[in-house]
Amino acid sequence: MPSLKDLKVRISSVKSTQKITKAMKMVAASKLRRAQEAAESARPYAERMEKVLAGLGAAVKDQPGASPLLAGSGQHEVELVVVATSERGLCGGFNTNIVKAAKAHIRELIDAGKTVKILCIGKKGFAQLRQEYKHLIIDTKDMSGVKNLAFADVQPIATEVLTMFERAEFDVATLFYAKFQSALVQVNTKQQLIPVPLREAANDDDADELAGAIYEYEPSEEAILEDLLPRNVAVQLYRGLLENAASEQGARMTAMDSATRNAGDMIDSLSITYNRTRQANITKELIEIISGAEAL
Amino acid sequence: MSDTLRFEIVSPERLLKDAQAAMVVVPGADGDFTALPQHAPMMSTIRPGVIEIYESEDAGPEKFFLKGGLAQISPEGLTILAEEVLQLDGINVDALNSDINEAVVAVEKASDDVERLAAEKELAWMTALSEVLN
Repeated sequence: MPSLKDLKVRISSVKSTQKITKAMKMVAASKLRRAQEAAESARPYAERMEKVLAGLGAAVKDQPGASPLLAGSGQHEVELVVVATSERGLCGGFNTNIVKAAKAHIRELIDAGKTVKILCIGKKGFAQLRQEYKHLIIDTKDMSGVKNLAFADVQPIATEVLTMFERAEFDVATLFYAKFQSALVQVNTKQQLIPVPLREAANDDDADELAGAIYEYEPSEEAILEDLLPRNVAVQLYRGLLENAASEQGARMTAMDSATRNAGDMIDSLSITYNRTRQANITKELIEIISGAEAL
Repeated sequence: MSDTLRFEIVSPERLLKDAQAAMVVVPGADGDFTALPQHAPMMSTIRPGVIEIYESEDAGPEKFFLKGGLAQISPEGLTILAEEVLQLDGINVDALNSDINEAVVAVEKASDDVERLAAEKELAWMTALSEVLN
């Protein structure tokens, strides 16, 4: 039976934990709003880019000499797995879920006899992958200095990835991140970065519309694609990281909300125990006094 | 026939501008071109340079510096997918000059073609910008 003092100490410690989780939840909620706005305002660019690429790519894809970024390097031996996670913990299963999906993919690749290289963005993913696949991790990008993710923050990473591709250090690149759906739901997403996947043009109104108009290309279709494809990789990466940032805050908000609620439950049950113990003590003392008086 | 043209400038971060204009002068890769209403559909890459937006025929142009990107003229209007957009009056010339010097060094130091190409690209937009400012 814990003493009254112990109980009191525990209650106050749980109370202060609850205050912290509550504050974290509030911070995550306001950050979430900002992250969500950023993800939404990045959408028009990515959408228009996709539209242009779908139209252009469909025309050029089957021609010989098409850019390796579009057609691939002709083999699938080495795969670069880009794992985007958060910089901070305390966000529920967010990082674990992404890493789990990435690990499943990595295992599949290794079983198929392929070489895997891992690029971590965010140190939480690195911490989890390190135990099993330390020898495969080629680099970890620390994004903890970045408050509001800007395109300029992502571009160096994209350039690095593209440089590696040009040096034929890998054939295929896949990005793992969590797509934001709502504060409660984040969808683990696996996205192929290189070669650039094209949207199916056949059942797409936008591409039809694009194909309908006869465009004049300056300098040429190939040159435009040459310029656009590397940029598309950067944009896709940027978009993934923005989604990831929103998901992280959403996951943290939910996690902190349930932590606050758990702390509340704990305080309630501890208070009940505390009050019962207090009453039991009073009763015990009364009995002692009464029985002492009777004995006289 | 409408005498204004709808144009949008979109950067990776957000939609920067969505407005009507009488004409827009775009720094295309093969030379500047002017987009007027009812322009034939075309697509062009953009070299680092200044885009001039004339809201009406007699008004002075609104200028932005583009680091590069893609211009697409479709029947609906002009869409510019810009890599990065800079306001011309907010640029620190001294900082730019030192950046240029750094870029020159980077080009010289580049250990292989891939690195050199990247460094040259950086240098290209910086010199274009400093030419515009002077």
